[in-house]
Amino acid sequence: MGHTIAEKILARAAGKKEVFPGDLINAKIDLALGNDITAPVAINEFKKTGADKVFDKERIALIPDHFTPNKDIQSAEQVKLMRDFARQQEIVHYYEVGRMGIEHALLPELGLVLPGEVVIGADSHTCTYGALGAFATGVGSTDLAAVMATGELWFKVPPTIRIVYHGNLPPWVGGKDLILYTIGKLGVDGARYAALEFSGPAIGKLGMDDRFTISNMAIEAGAKAGLFSPDEVTRKYLQGRAVRPYNAVLGDDDAPVAEEYNWDVESLEPQVSLPFSPANAQPVSSVVGTEIDQVVIGSCTNGRIDDLRQAAAILKGRKVHPRVRLLIIPATQAIYLQAMREGLLEIFAEAEAAVSTPTCGPCLGGHMGILAAGEVAVATTNRNFVGRMGHPESRVYLAGPAVAAASAVSGVIAHPGDIGGGEAR
Amino acid sequence: MSILKGKVWTFGNDIDTDAIIPARYLNTSDPSELALHCMEDADPSFVAKASPGDIIVAGKNFGCGSSREHAPLAIKAAGISCVIAENFARIFYRNAINIGLPILESAEAAAFLKEGQQVEINLEEGKISELSSGRTFTAVPFPPFMQGIMAKGGLINYIREKQNKK
Repeated sequence: MGHTIAEKILARAAGKKEVFPGDLINAKIDLALGNDITAPVAINEFKKTGADKVFDKERIALIPDHFTPNKDIQSAEQVKLMRDFARQQEIVHYYEVGRMGIEHALLPELGLVLPGEVVIGADSHTCTYGALGAFATGVGSTDLAAVMATGELWFKVPPTIRIVYHGNLPPWVGGKDLILYTIGKLGVDGARYAALEFSGPAIGKLGMDDRFTISNMAIEAGAKAGLFSPDEVTRKYLQGRAVRPYNAVLGDDDAPVAEEYNWDVESLEPQVSLPFSPANAQPVSSVVGTEIDQVVIGSCTNGRIDDLRQAAAILKGRKVHPRVRLLIIPATQAIYLQAMREGLLEIFAEAEAAVSTPTCGPCLGGHMGILAAGEVAVATTNRNFVGRMGHPESRVYLAGPAVAAASAVSGVIAHPGDIGGGEAR
Repeated sequence: MSILKGKVWTFGNDIDTDAIIPARYLNTSDPSELALHCMEDADPSFVAKASPGDIIVAGKNFGCGSSREHAPLAIKAAGISCVIAENFARIFYRNAINIGLPILESAEAAAFLKEGQQVEINLEEGKISELSSGRTFTAVPFPPFMQGIMAKGGLINYIREKQNKK
């Protein structure tokens, strides 16, 4: 009897021949992550463990990305606490403003997360790295403190829910649409405690950026991880990037899974999740014409170069609707530079979009684009809970970059195929 | 562990961590400041109404969304003695155990308990009693390993002991 990719990775990290769903194990951690919101709490807890030094200064990443560039004095103090700790502990992977990026875009870009590894992060979207075939999961600050001290953490081996996407993806439909559709089907707790495994002919053709988007939002269905089996696309992405050798782990075809869903996505429409839940996914045509005030294109979900290319294809030669503010936030400094070299930033500026340095800012209502009472936004981010992007009476519609860009120029939620021009990916 | 006693405040399904502690307050990790905004986007008057020892009762998937430990920290610092829910989102569950916020899973209690009722909880036995009706409920027991963490008062103490033994 075979095992799923999640079981095989966890067995190896726990030094066991095999593990089964429900087993409690202690696993060695290959990389542990914290940010400017979660690391300060973790650092204080780390000090209480009695450890003088972190378990491995090359296996910890501390990224100031949420309220940076520091939005106020308190945020500046939080980042300073993290920076001082990074210096004192000689943490190798601390990245300052101007060199950094949104953590879940930055760490893969730097080759710090590799197939077959176990990664924890004090951030719920740590599941992003499942796209590379790593077992990656979000934890809290105290768990991060424990890992910084010991290099290990306890896990309950999750059951696996396999999603198989069939058919060819239609124009304007990408990773974001697939994952919103999936969360809509499963519900916000449909995969609670489980590992999601994504496969099938429709996603074999997707590039890494789309795969990161899909794994990123596994948590919005309650999942512990969202995994792809590494393939040629993964291998190419890691070529010249991986910081250490790795052993990819593939799932067994005969592995028993808790649930399996087979969906034909050949005629899927671009998806939009309505307020106030990522699980309120609907075809974009059902909300076309909804008036909006702001559009955000960015975040750990959709701030990568393919996302920006998609937005630029629609924005080229157009202007953002006079009633709308469009914020575009490349997710890392390298993506920013790449977008500049490709002329995308010029397209954005000419379209009258505001382009920002990398930050999580508006996604969680931190800074750089907070909504007032009654305002409506389309965002390529990951959550649209009450108050997520600002005032509790504001509303956020989640979508992919194509729908977001088309909506920005239309002033209302729009289908990218309806506005003419541009190029479907 | 002791006997907890307090008034019930009810919330629905899928209460997310943005509702428990909105991100606009996350520029601090001081629990007493976080406590001032506990549950603000679910019920803005909650902090003013609740008294020390009171109990939050919610439906399924309590604490979904962000991994912010500030969520259980805010609840604990607001004086809430226990959260009872049909079930909890995974990260919130870990965080609550790690920081020593008592939580109990009981679908029956979550469905039965109404706002304003007085409840007594025996944490060791996982027993929940509604005082006016005398109805009692038994929560899903924690695995022994987690009981070990809780008995030490949280994950950090548990680790400190392990480190000392090395």
